[in-house]
Order: sequence, then structure tokens, then C-alpha cells
Amino acid sequence: MCGIAGLIHKGKSSNVGGEMTAMLQALKHRGPDSTGYAVYGKPTEGDYIMRLKVAEAEDMHKGRGIHQVIVDRIAAVEEILAEHGAAVKSKESVTEYALRFVLSHEGDTSAMAEHIEETDGVEILSMGNGLELIKDLGDAADVAGLYGLENFEGTHSIGHTRMATESDVDIRSAHPYWAFPYNDVSVVHNGQITNYWIMRREMERKGHRFMSNCDSELLAVYTAHNLANGITLEQSLRNSIEEIDGVFTYLVATKDQLGMAKDTMAAKPLVLYESDDLIAMASEEVAIRAILPQEIDTYDPYDEEVRVWQA
Amino acid sequence: MASLSDAELKQMSQEERVTALGMRTEQLTGKSLHIEFDPDAEERFTYPWAPEVDFNKRTEIDTADMTTTEVNGRIRELMAEGYGTIVLQNPRGKHSLGVGILSKLNLIIEGSTGYFGVGLIDGPNVRINGRVGWSCGENMMSGTVMIEKNAGSTFGAAIRGGDLVCRGSVGSRTGIDMKGGTILVGGDTGALSGFMMQRGRMVVCGNAGKNLGDSMYDGTIYVGGEIKSCGVDAVEAELTAMDKAWLTRKLTQYGLMPDKGVDHFTKIVAGKQLWNYDNLEPSEKKLIL
Repeated sequence: MCGIAGLIHKGKSSNVGGEMTAMLQALKHRGPDSTGYAVYGKPTEGDYIMRLKVAEAEDMHKGRGIHQVIVDRIAAVEEILAEHGAAVKSKESVTEYALRFVLSHEGDTSAMAEHIEETDGVEILSMGNGLELIKDLGDAADVAGLYGLENFEGTHSIGHTRMATESDVDIRSAHPYWAFPYNDVSVVHNGQITNYWIMRREMERKGHRFMSNCDSELLAVYTAHNLANGITLEQSLRNSIEEIDGVFTYLVATKDQLGMAKDTMAAKPLVLYESDDLIAMASEEVAIRAILPQEIDTYDPYDEEVRVWQA
Repeated sequence: MASLSDAELKQMSQEERVTALGMRTEQLTGKSLHIEFDPDAEERFTYPWAPEVDFNKRTEIDTADMTTTEVNGRIRELMAEGYGTIVLQNPRGKHSLGVGILSKLNLIIEGSTGYFGVGLIDGPNVRINGRVGWSCGENMMSGTVMIEKNAGSTFGAAIRGGDLVCRGSVGSRTGIDMKGGTILVGGDTGALSGFMMQRGRMVVCGNAGKNLGDSMYDGTIYVGGEIKSCGVDAVEAELTAMDKAWLTRKLTQYGLMPDKGVDHFTKIVAGKQLWNYDNLEPSEKKLIL
């Protein structure tokens, strides 16, 4: 039982960081293990924002040696960036193990991303012109406070509060997942995927990488695979209902779109609110009410329903 | 039961009542807190311990900064004080509001509620001027619930009596395991509605999703619009004059009567192909042979 939430402003930006924090805090009872955000700010012209982690939060308690390891890992990452001709415009350490880079780079970002992840213990959480993906252990208020998300201007966002049922409590298994190496695509999921290993092996045969044993990561990889093959987001969502087994409701965000899909049994909840300039959705209505106190009309999407909204 | 008077029951705490009614004995004695009402009786239509409330005594609760437990506790306090009409303001999608009310009451909720709204009720008349989340009115025994907007999935799960009405559309698995009562839906319903229903009636004025009435034992489903597909052992039956009269009466009562009348409704009942109650399991057959 996880909590998922999404919101998209049409044709304008807003404090999506603060709004998503309010929504996720209202969903805390659905999963207190970890909280994650994918927020989409104003797309930068040509620059890439890269969020990465160089260690797990729990590694920090495994002896003093880790501090030097982290320094070494960061140095290795910077070396690889230089090797690929990426200029570091800014570097920020939010926590000791989580970094945010702004890069200017010409050429193949996916090759660079693959190279960076060859470094032991390093995982790129997200890369893109607008996407910033933040996830850590704790509830929404903790994570938003730690990463300064309370005032994040953007157009859309998806978020997740996790109750770990299929894999461990760590950042690696926390949502959202970035659709590696596809820029600006992220996924949050509530449910269980029952043909995970079959699909994972199929994706691995096609050359995709998996960083965790969390079944939700499959949806990110699956979406990335479809988008890379020229399939539209809407068609990818529709195909997933046929090809992926289990009970699930999941949200996918791209640079300028937000999509949802619900499985064939409609077993996992989602409540939708649509207006001319704002679309908000969450596992429970209480999250939507957290940002919209006035009386509004909401509804549950049905089984096999797929929707995509444009920012 | 017979040896206990109303006055005695009223004096007891819930704990003592459970013991007095034989619920604590080691053997199953078949006794329960359920009280059968005599059809000829002129009084005692309520539980002996039900508070005396006056419908004309009205009050409001602003629930914005209260927890579910506080709101439900406050409703009980107000009922004990004799308030018969209680309005909940700013419910803001809270879960489990108004559950377990076992006596008459006019409950009005001005806004939307979350999961399990007004479940386990026996008697109150509820109006919700908003949307409800999953499992609204689950296990209700009697009373009426009117929802002005949409409802989530498992609407009226396992209800046993009363009228549960939603003017808008409802989610999937509506009336799952229902054992009586009536569910009325003004709009559409999702997949697997009436799954394993055992008794009672469900009326859907709009369309129904796939696997309608899957594995239903008994009961009746009426659908005004399209049915995507019927589930296992759910079959169409003839809409009789009695059905039409009942539909007309019920739908008019709640202002849901379609302009084109009720002749277009499709009636779905159990095909009784799954009724294998008297057949032995293979292992049991072995024992006998």
C-alpha cells in the first residue's frame, strides 16, 4: 500500500514543490518508509540537471571510512564528466551522499550516464532539462525540508510515499524512478507486478539496466524502452495494461506531459480532479483536499483507463 | 434476551451487555447482539441503549482541524445530548466519518469524505453533499444514505439493508458481497459490480463495466445503459411488471427517474449454474464410498 500523487498546471508554473509536499504529507499513512518527488522546473536551455547519489543513507552509519569513499566517488564522477566534455556549471551537495549538478553538454548523454554509473555505489537519480528527482527516507516534510523543496517553482510533479512490500527500505528502492537513460521521464507506482522477472529478463536482454529489485523500476524501464522506440506515452501506457500483469496504478511524467494508467482489475485506487488550469490526482482524496480546500468534483478512473495531460 | 429488560440493558456498559447476552460463553450458543423485532410490536424499534434524539435539535461540527476519532466521538456526545440533526462541515476527505451509528439520526456531511464513510450504520439518514471514497456504506444494516456526487470503488460492500444512493458514478466492485438492501446509482458503475452478491437489489441508471454480477448467488441487478459484459453465471432475465413498478417507485423516491421511464432497464439475475451446495467434495465422496 503506497501513496502516489500527481499534479500538472496547464500553461503556467506554480509552487509545485510546496503543493506536492502537502499532498504527500496527507498520504503519509499509506507509507512512511520513504518519500520521493519528481518535480519539473522551467526547462533550461541546453543545460542538464543531474541528480545523483553516491551512497545509501544507511551506509553513513557503517564506519568513518565511508566519508573518504564518498569523496573518491565524487572525484571519479567529475573525472568522467570531464572525459565526456561536460562542463560543470554548478555542483551542490544537499546531503553528503546526494548531489545536484548543472551541466552543459553536447552529444550523447546516455553514454555519459552509463559511464558514470560504472562507478561503484553511484546511481543517477535523474537527468534532464527540467526534471529534478529527489528521494530519501522519511516522510514528505522531512525530505522537503532536507532538500529545500518547499518553494520549488515548476509546471508539474509526481510524488510517492512508500510502504515497502516488495523490496528493502532504502533510497535505491524508493520512488519515483527515472526512466534511465531517457531524459526527463519519471514514474511512480502503487501496486504489485506479478510478471516482474519475466519482463525484467526481457528488458535486460534488450540491454536495459536495473539498479534495484523493486518491481516498480520495471515500469520506468518499460516506459523508457517504449519511448526510445518511438511509441507515444499514451500508447506505452495502453500497451502496459496488456503486457504487464498484476495490480497497479502508475503515473508517468515527461518534460511536458503527465500520464496515468490503471490495471485491468482497477484494484489500486486513484482519485482525479480536473479543471481548466490544474489537474490533480492521488491515491486518496484527502491529498487533493490538502491543496484544494474548496468544494470540488472528483472521480475514480475505471479499469484499463489511460489518460495523458499536456502541461 | 427474554430474561433481561430494556431498563437493565440500558444501565449496562457495552462490556457487561456482551456478557449478559451470552457472547462470552465458550460454546457457540447462537446468541448475538442482534435483536429481532416483532412485526406486531408498537414500540421498541430501536436498541434499548440508543440515545433519545430530536430531529429538530440541530447542530454543526467544524471538522477541519479534528481527527476522525474526535469527530466520531463528538457525534456520539451530541447524540447523547439529544441532537437529532448533525451537520459536519469541512470534512476534507477524511476517512471513516460517521461509522457505527446504530440509532436514528439526521447526519449531513457538507463536503467529500474518504474511505469507509458511514459504514456499519443501523438506522441513520445520511446526506453527503460531496464525493465519497472507497467502501462507502459498507456493512450498513438499515437507514438511508444519499450521495450527491461520485463514489469510489466497493460502494456498499456487504450491505444488509437500507437504501444506499449515489447520484453520480461509482467505481468498481459496487455491491460486492451484498446481502440485502438496495443500491441505487444515477451514473455508471465499474468492473465486477455485484461480485458474489447474495441478496438485495442494485439499480444502475447508466452503464455497467465488465463482469457484471460475477458469481452472484442471488439478488437482482437492474442496468439502464450498456453492460460491457456479464460475469460467470450472471444471466439476463425478463423485466416483469412488478420489477417496473418497484423501479418506478424507488427511482422516483430519490429523484433518479430517467426521462424515458424504466422499460429500457436490463435485469440480471443468477443463472444458478454454480449452485452446487448439495454436492459432495471429491474427498467427502471417498469417505462415503
